[in-house]
Amino acid sequence: MTALITSILTITLSAGTSLVYATIGEIYTERSGILNLGVEGMMLMGALTAFATVFHTGSLLLSVILAMAVGGFLALIHAFLSITMRANQVVSGLSITLFGTGFASFLGQRLGPESNNFYLSGMTAQRYAAVQIEGLTDLPILGAFFKQDVLTYGIYILIPLAWFFMYKTKHGLNLRAVGENPQTADAMGVNVVKLRYLYTVIGGMLVGLGGAHLSLAYTPGWTENITGGRGWIVIALVIFSMWNPSRAILGAILFGGINAVQFRLQASGTDIPSAYLNMAPYVATIIVLVLVTVWESHNRRIGPPNALGTSYMREDK
Amino acid sequence: MQLMFEKRKSLSRKAIVLVPVVSFLVSLLLSGILLAIFGANPMRTFAAMFNGAFGSWSNFTETLVKAIPLMLTGLGVTIAFRLRFWNIGAEGQLVLGGVAATWVALFWSPFIPDFLLLPTVILFGSLVGGLWAGLPAYLKTKLGVDETLVTLMLNYVAILFAEGLYYGAWRDPQGYGFPGTREFPQAAWLPRFSGRAHVGLFVAIAIGLILWLVLNRSKWGFELNMIGKNQRAAQCMGVNVKRNIVLALLLSGALAGMAGAFEVTAISHRLQQGLAMGYGYTAIIVAWLSQLNPIAGLFVAVLMAALLVGGDQVQMMMGLPAAMGLVMQGMILFPMLAGSLFTEYRIKRIDKQEHAE
Repeated sequence: MTALITSILTITLSAGTSLVYATIGEIYTERSGILNLGVEGMMLMGALTAFATVFHTGSLLLSVILAMAVGGFLALIHAFLSITMRANQVVSGLSITLFGTGFASFLGQRLGPESNNFYLSGMTAQRYAAVQIEGLTDLPILGAFFKQDVLTYGIYILIPLAWFFMYKTKHGLNLRAVGENPQTADAMGVNVVKLRYLYTVIGGMLVGLGGAHLSLAYTPGWTENITGGRGWIVIALVIFSMWNPSRAILGAILFGGINAVQFRLQASGTDIPSAYLNMAPYVATIIVLVLVTVWESHNRRIGPPNALGTSYMREDK
Repeated sequence: MQLMFEKRKSLSRKAIVLVPVVSFLVSLLLSGILLAIFGANPMRTFAAMFNGAFGSWSNFTETLVKAIPLMLTGLGVTIAFRLRFWNIGAEGQLVLGGVAATWVALFWSPFIPDFLLLPTVILFGSLVGGLWAGLPAYLKTKLGVDETLVTLMLNYVAILFAEGLYYGAWRDPQGYGFPGTREFPQAAWLPRFSGRAHVGLFVAIAIGLILWLVLNRSKWGFELNMIGKNQRAAQCMGVNVKRNIVLALLLSGALAGMAGAFEVTAISHRLQQGLAMGYGYTAIIVAWLSQLNPIAGLFVAVLMAALLVGGDQVQMMMGLPAAMGLVMQGMILFPMLAGSLFTEYRIKRIDKQEHAE
């Protein structure tokens, strides 16, 4: 039994890693008052960039850096449109997703080797393999935490760090102020526009990194729509975490766990058609969302940042 | 000297027309640069795309084939977006409409007289599409659940449900393993008028015109616009906000469902893989590029369809990925969004001294 739990938890953590990076990224973005629905597109572009880079250069580190850069660049477009040009944030984010999806698909059929008709799908390259930490892997159940790839180890550091930065530093205070009440933050001398740009781009970089984990570690390689809606699940996880980075792990374990159970059921050859099994994460997202919304409406204190999704204009005052 | 944005008293009419046109040109320019980077001649590629979409009557009918579902889903999204209800679930509503239509066409056909079969199939598809959009509307108005996520998640549920059917319970036993149901009886086929272009085109155009009247000239349309601008104010004016949102979303989903019913009855004559082509997502571009104007939406749908058909064409002719069409579609929205600033604001120069005062 412990062996089964350990094995499910091992897959869960790996499946949840991309979700943790992207959720924390989006939490930072939304805390600054910017809603970025482009996560799915940025994640896909991150995954594509990472795999294309490692395929051509063999460098995992460079792949991760470039994936973050691409995620950050797409977020920068969103920041420009929604902060400077005051565009509708919902539609701007959607357009990042639409563009990212199309462009990743385009590049996936263009950046491959000539022998494969320029397709990247079906190719293999270096990947982040699991690194066993001697002595700790044999622990019952907890051992699952210590046979992961480097990027999964990264989330053990990122989660407390992201929490500390947001709640225990002055920068974190400013960030929250900008998202809750930009007018007051502005009056206090905080540069609202600069901070919103900064955290939108940082958020995008983390989303890109999440995408990189998919194509470099979790399911190494490139397949069209490798994210399969994970970017959207991330948006739900942000709500589920109630905009607190330390809770990002819960959602990721829940949804990573659903993935892992699905994986095991499929491997064991159940009678349930795979299409219906694959619905599980999406149905679960809706159920969780409904429950969290109902729960939050009874606990008024917790909710989205007050100024989320609205542009800030000094001139309009 | 400093530049400031000043809110216009009313939307600029010139900008409303100019911004989408300029956006399209900018997206052409950006795509051209992209093509050049990948070693393709932009001019030749655009020419091939244009030819593929409009070069001959038979090519044009293929553009119309793709324009019909884009018109219907685009109009559906337009209704929802007018309310600032972010329905991004047109894809799922379309697919489930197709599934519902298939159910009637395959399993009810022995009990329905031939002349009634096709209308029943289409209406039932629309109804189920409507209900699939009504669910998130209900959750939003009743419990305050974020509609963006629910509508999107329901896309995956609907698509996987359809997949489960045509791979499983509804799979044609004589289909040689092909993932699809058996063919519909002929009484459930929607007539085509040229090539694969079908009479759904006229239905879609008629709906677009009627919708324009309803949204711009009727009391209900006025109420919807009020809700979109300011929900609380609408409530104070005595508008039943919740009921209107649910009704509008039933209609929004019904149009997408109808598009799905048209696809299975006119194009494939069965439920099969490939129904979820992404029309429901392109519909968002159609709605936004047409500035939520149903008549403009009809034309924008043809333009987006042309990019899709043109994309297929450059794949066949020049070996470029067909996703080029998708990339161009996605790129139109960026300049469009940036430009919307100029419909609502004007740029004003302020001298330093004046500012300092």
